[in-house]
Amino acid sequence: MSLQTTLATGSRVLRQVRRDRRTLALVLVVPPALMTLFRYVFDGQPETFNRVGPPMVGLFPFVSMFLVASISMLRERTTGTLERLMSLPLAKLDLLLGYAIAFALLAVAQAALTAGVSFGLLGLDSAGPVWLVVVLAVANAVLGMALGLFLSAFAQTEFQAVQFMPAFVLPQVLLAGLLVPRDKMAPVLEAISYAMPLTYAYDALARATADELGRRLTVDIVVICAFVVLSLVLGATTLRRRTA
Amino acid sequence: MKSYPTVAVRDLRVRRGGRPVLPGISLEVASGRVTGLLGPSGSGKTTLMRAIVGVQIVESGEVTVLGLPGGSPELRLRVGYVTQAPSVYGDLTVRENLAYFGRILRAPPERVEEALATVALEGRADQIVRTMSGGERSRVSLASALLGRPDLLVLDEPTVGLDPVLRRDLWRTFHALAEGGATLLVSSHVMDEAERCHDLVLLRDGRVVATGSPDELRRRTGRENLEQAFLVLAEAS
Repeated sequence: MSLQTTLATGSRVLRQVRRDRRTLALVLVVPPALMTLFRYVFDGQPETFNRVGPPMVGLFPFVSMFLVASISMLRERTTGTLERLMSLPLAKLDLLLGYAIAFALLAVAQAALTAGVSFGLLGLDSAGPVWLVVVLAVANAVLGMALGLFLSAFAQTEFQAVQFMPAFVLPQVLLAGLLVPRDKMAPVLEAISYAMPLTYAYDALARATADELGRRLTVDIVVICAFVVLSLVLGATTLRRRTA
Repeated sequence: MKSYPTVAVRDLRVRRGGRPVLPGISLEVASGRVTGLLGPSGSGKTTLMRAIVGVQIVESGEVTVLGLPGGSPELRLRVGYVTQAPSVYGDLTVRENLAYFGRILRAPPERVEEALATVALEGRADQIVRTMSGGERSRVSLASALLGRPDLLVLDEPTVGLDPVLRRDLWRTFHALAEGGATLLVSSHVMDEAERCHDLVLLRDGRVVATGSPDELRRRTGRENLEQAFLVLAEAS
């Protein structure tokens, strides 16, 4: 492990993102645009927008960083740069943490912009502090990134990697309680939802925006962090120095 | 001059895709020399190089590099490897690629300019790699491997698609690096490059057909032309 290598990797990844202007624009513009869409879809039901809206602000970074990270790592594998890195004096965690730093910074910008538009312009309400929503959004981004890096090892092509989004992310969004409260689901699904990282991400966001800043919120945050660490460790096991 | 060989391979067996690519190969690569690994496509050159660098899963056998087991963490600073397909970031500039790999190798920043000059890309440092030709991208990949001043350089077909002048210049560079004490293992499937190597290892179907200097191989076969010498040796084995 080396801080210099981690930071070098982080700035390299950020530079690549910055070069890709279109992706950068999509990452930054799409979430606020979708929030605006939601606001007017629920024009006649402002209470629904206010219930679903705040957690959405925190869930966008999860989805976009999951996608961006899994495609980036897949590219490292297919272009041979991962093989080069694995033959260099670079620790696996240097690479993963470099990615985490880069995408967390990107998520800060994304979450701040989405929160600014939603709470500032669209009249979304949060009983709790808005900064906490942004912090949780960044934590979710890191969670999405870590899961994306890990799962990308199971994709051989970019087509497959993109399909992991509906396959792994959408079910978690459905089970997390965003659309239907979890205690109204079939008991089996409710039980399964406890094993899903996004359940805790959603729960933390719901509590933060309801100003329930107690022990349960702390538990949620600890569980999110544990899932991040677990995903990074699993991700590290998929980085092989030697291949067949 | 060091007396032990830089690379020693003993009875190495490697399977890829269920097929034995190296059925049990032994060879040595002498220090401070340019050794050419020659053989047709599919003869196992890349697999052998990958095993020496330590990125190949091997079935059995021994690979010793600079006195250490191949693939040891200590070797990552001392062995440079250039794959056949250029492994650099297409969306970064030449300089950004080199700066990143240089930081990982703890190379001083001026090493980037040196490496650029070596591969004759000084004027192209700020070009995005994706917009370059295949040969230029290979040179960026080669420059990345030179940054750490490795003791052993393993180059997989480094001169494919390059113009003759640049090819000659790169071979001069390889010799200069060897004179500076580095050991080079260079693969090629073109026989005219064999002429430029100190030592040759001729590979066919994963087996060593012959080893020796170009002159030795000529003497042994009675053929002036190395391509013909290779044919004689391949048919005799």
